[in-house]
Amino acid sequence: MAFVTANWNPLGEAFYRKIELYEMGWNLKDGLRECLVAAAPYGGPIALLKEPQRRSPSVRPQLEIYSSSGVAMASFPWKSGVVKQLGWTVCDDLLCIQEDGTVLIYDLFGNFKRHFSMGNEVGQSQVVEAKVFHSPYGTGVAIVTGASRFTLATNIDDLKLRRLPEVPGLQGAPTCWAVLTQDRQSKVLVATGADLFILDYTSPPGLSPQATSIVHMCVSFSYKYLALFTDSGHLWMGTANLKQPSVVIMWDGHILVAGELCSQFSLSPSLFHRLVYRKLYPLAIEICRYLKTPEYQGVSRVLKHWACCKVQQKEEADEVIARAISLKLGEAAGISYSEIATKAYECGRTELAIKLLEFEPRSGEQVPLLLKMKRSQLALSKAIESGDTDLVYTVVTYLKNEMNRGDFFMTLRNQPVALSLYRQFCKHQEQDTLKDLFNQDDDHQELGNFYVKASYKEKAQIGHLQSAVDEYNKAKNEFAAKATEEEMRLLRFQKKLEEEKGESLVGFSLHDTIRTLLAVGLHKHAEQLYKDFRVPDKRYWWLKLTALAEKEDWEEIEKFAKSKKSPIGYLPFVEICVKHHNKYEAKKYVSRVTPEQKVKAHLAVGDLEGAADAAIERRNDGEISTVLSRCSPSTDRALVERLNRAKATAAKK
Amino acid sequence: MAAHLSYGRVNLNILREAARKELREFLDKCAGSKAIVWDEYLTGPFGLIAQYSLLKEHEVEKMFTLKGGRVPPADVKNIIFFVRPRLELMDIIAENLQPPREFHILFVPRRSLLCEQRLKEQGVLNSFTNIDEYILDLIPYDGDLLSMESESAFRECYLENDQTSLYHTAKGLMTLQALYGTIPQIFGKGECARHVANMMLRMKREFAGSQNQILPVFDTLLLLDRNVDLLTPLATQLTYEGLIDEIYGITNGYVKLPPEKFAQKKPGEGGKDLPTEPKKLQLNSAEELYAEIRDKNFNAVGAALSKKAKIISAAFEERHNAKTVGEIKQFVSQLPHMQAARNSLANHTSIAELIKDITTSEVFFDNLTVEQEFMTGVDTDKVNTYIEDCISRKDPLIKILRLVCMQSVCNNGLKQKVLDHYKREILQTYGYEHILTLNNLEKVGLLKPQTTTRNNYPTIRKTLKLWMEDANEQNPNDISYVYSGYAPLSVRLTQLLARPGWRSIEEVLKMLPGPHFEERQQLPTGLHKKRQQGENRTTLVFFLGGVTYAEIAALRFLSQMEDGGTEYVIATTKLINGTSWIKSLMDRPEPF
Repeated sequence: MAFVTANWNPLGEAFYRKIELYEMGWNLKDGLRECLVAAAPYGGPIALLKEPQRRSPSVRPQLEIYSSSGVAMASFPWKSGVVKQLGWTVCDDLLCIQEDGTVLIYDLFGNFKRHFSMGNEVGQSQVVEAKVFHSPYGTGVAIVTGASRFTLATNIDDLKLRRLPEVPGLQGAPTCWAVLTQDRQSKVLVATGADLFILDYTSPPGLSPQATSIVHMCVSFSYKYLALFTDSGHLWMGTANLKQPSVVIMWDGHILVAGELCSQFSLSPSLFHRLVYRKLYPLAIEICRYLKTPEYQGVSRVLKHWACCKVQQKEEADEVIARAISLKLGEAAGISYSEIATKAYECGRTELAIKLLEFEPRSGEQVPLLLKMKRSQLALSKAIESGDTDLVYTVVTYLKNEMNRGDFFMTLRNQPVALSLYRQFCKHQEQDTLKDLFNQDDDHQELGNFYVKASYKEKAQIGHLQSAVDEYNKAKNEFAAKATEEEMRLLRFQKKLEEEKGESLVGFSLHDTIRTLLAVGLHKHAEQLYKDFRVPDKRYWWLKLTALAEKEDWEEIEKFAKSKKSPIGYLPFVEICVKHHNKYEAKKYVSRVTPEQKVKAHLAVGDLEGAADAAIERRNDGEISTVLSRCSPSTDRALVERLNRAKATAAKK
Repeated sequence: MAAHLSYGRVNLNILREAARKELREFLDKCAGSKAIVWDEYLTGPFGLIAQYSLLKEHEVEKMFTLKGGRVPPADVKNIIFFVRPRLELMDIIAENLQPPREFHILFVPRRSLLCEQRLKEQGVLNSFTNIDEYILDLIPYDGDLLSMESESAFRECYLENDQTSLYHTAKGLMTLQALYGTIPQIFGKGECARHVANMMLRMKREFAGSQNQILPVFDTLLLLDRNVDLLTPLATQLTYEGLIDEIYGITNGYVKLPPEKFAQKKPGEGGKDLPTEPKKLQLNSAEELYAEIRDKNFNAVGAALSKKAKIISAAFEERHNAKTVGEIKQFVSQLPHMQAARNSLANHTSIAELIKDITTSEVFFDNLTVEQEFMTGVDTDKVNTYIEDCISRKDPLIKILRLVCMQSVCNNGLKQKVLDHYKREILQTYGYEHILTLNNLEKVGLLKPQTTTRNNYPTIRKTLKLWMEDANEQNPNDISYVYSGYAPLSVRLTQLLARPGWRSIEEVLKMLPGPHFEERQQLPTGLHKKRQQGENRTTLVFFLGGVTYAEIAALRFLSQMEDGGTEYVIATTKLINGTSWIKSLMDRPEPF
């Protein structure tokens, strides 16, 4: 038996060994010389771009993709710009970063997916170096330009370019650099000579390990550790915050490829995702079942991915594909048919997409694609069905831009939910459209209201009010028509009086207008309004009494009280005088108050005796008690006794 | 800090914690120092979720109110806008942007494509690093109370036919079910209730497969449209908390009171230095005394306060009995709690005095008398002289509208002549522009002309026992104590659903607007609750369009009833009273 620990080598307190798992199946004539190489994490594919500097149309660089064991998966000549860097995303997509800042994205089978740019300013100065990095937010790209400026995007699927600050004192290109993700932020670590800088927005740069010049650096996959290679041949390894150096060893020209050790089970979800990206569906499903992954997270995802591939099979008929998909997916939990349909639509198969959408249980999810496919009426019904009003608004806005006005209104007319939402929108945003909508529906009541509102906003008040009257009449709302006519009459009166007397009246209610007139002594005009507007007597008396009392015009009040029998009685006269601290005047009206209100009137003017007399005379127990409660036992002793006696007599009866 | 949320039958702190966690996560997404620019409307509701300390822990250094112009200078890396998804707010945000800072938007309670489209049109959509949503539908308000704090929900649903808030309601109920388990039984009454139930069932279907494995906490959900019971909010609430709300208005759990009664009287200082700022108090069940008295009829509050006063002074007297070091130590350890109780007592004594000044006034009495006449069906078909007098005196318009609407509701509509008379009086006195408000009140059914000669309100009143002659205010035996005689219709419906069931009142249910229905939601096997004998059922009552404090008091009364058999948790779009409710329905054209 072999000595099992023989091939383990010590490294500090730990041991390691190297074993060859398998031989690469590829056959590379020139090895990896003059190649850009990128290997995807977790045993993913490997991409090679041979002789990337070639620019002539006759001799192009060749892009090749191999599996991790060296099985060829794709190969094609590179016809786009000069590639500076290759890299893989966490979803096994290949990123090709060009000199001009354009990043092209291919799937692992070499199919072009999309491209994006690292910013316009890259254009002239060109990308000198680029790196692909991974963070909790996805895959990011960082570049440095000829002008030594860094730009990075933390997540290429939600592209936000950040231009980092300049490196202080940097002349020419930095010696080397790497991207770190710390404290939920991506930062760039740059070495120039012996100086080390961290570029971000917050913390100041200036960390420097002991070395003469750093020529290469590398960050561990978890961003916990950092390796620096110096011109003196030292390799420095430590935590990425540069605070705790852990190992420093000499190196002699070999390249070490090192990864981190992870436990097999914590890896399994991402292991599993990679199987899906690599189209190893049956294996992925088996793993899901073995790991007892919840259906909607596991098997359903695999099936969705499968279906998205299926719809791209151009040789099969729509019917066949739709049936095959619905059969296999059935009612699998959490399947998004709209995603599959979107894929079909992207491949130019609109009919197939519509067929697939019918399987989608979430009506809201169907809407964006239906709109894209110009099935707007259907999109509107689905949006309404979902109950999500924002979605309804979105479709309505879309329809408004797509259709002519007549058709648009007609569509809304058939969808009351959408119509009322659109009305709300117009109320705040497009008043004129609102009017058109009411017009189309012959909604005269709302048109009337519309003009009333307008009359408060715009100068042409009378004109708007006249329109309101017309509409209310058409709506057979006699009351509103009359009231608005009355309003016009009042307005005319106010304007006229403003001109004649200089009293500011417009905007006042009828009540306040009369009150103002009385206050300034325009009694005749007040009287005229009272008659013209058929103000009920009771209200007019209250109004006049209050207005005169405010002026403390006691003489006028007395005249008013004597003018005819008061429809509101005389208690209000008593009370209002008291309210204005004139008991003398108040007493004048006490005698004219009805018997039921006598006690109250006497009490109001502070006449306890009178109140007691009235209460006793009326033999009213409640009133006697009220008066009693106002008496003070010390000062009104005689009165209290009298009241108590009367109370006893009243009780007997 | 929010311990009172976990005292109830259902631990609502779980919901609050979930909301706080989500908030922290969002704040951490915007790395570095930050300033929050608030849609003013949101600060109140957010206060129920998180205090400033939480924001500060996550590097929020400044806060501003969103208004036109540019964000005030602040030395921060991130500017975050916390806004409702409203177009007009998007325009203001666009004005506010000023690089070089990172901008973020947090939509509450939901992102809106329409708003993002607007930002795009304004050319600023790409200026935002994060555009996110903060799903804050149901906010834990108290141990048994959830509110969406959506002021305009009733107006939108019943006047404008905009059902956005109902969508949020359904979403909120889905979140609630995700945390507290699927609610097996759903009952409802009203058009909006039906719509919400439909959306919930649809949403459940859409998530088929991801089965909820939580043992259900709620047995039943009852969805009630506010327009099924238009009467209750119009009546003046007569519970302690109800009156505080009627008189001073409770906003997001806080009340502002006139300061005079709260002046700290120190010997020698006399009466000078009276505070001028209103006294702001938080009102919830975390305060022991308040929890005891909030739901009592106001006439029973005085006795409760003096009883409490005796207990507290007795507790302080204990110090004379403390002889040994151990006893003194024991006494001292209780001091903070006792002092808090004494402060609380002083505050509520002051509030009760303030309220008493009002409830004993003639104005209050006269108003209440007319309300009670209407509710008992006295002379509801004629023009009421008290209302006429109030108009003549130009009392506050809302008071008039509350009374006229109440008369209309209690008479199943007013005779055209009577209605027109009131309307004319109102327009002449308060201004013709109120024709729009009157029109709104008619649209939602609060005011209406009598179409049939048959007034079915008396039938409803008698069948549901809405008026109880001998309401016991001190030791209540029926929910009618909350309005000193009137039993809120909505709560009666809730009570009858639990026992003996709605089948017994089919006829009356048909007289009330909207359909009534029952739905069942399947539970996964193994989650069917086995009820212990004597164990109460838990019902969530959701008031679509608002609920009053008095109705809540009535439901709490039912929860506490011995052998009542059901405990209630209350949810609503907004806590309302007659005044705030009518106000939300008013249209005030702004003069040019």
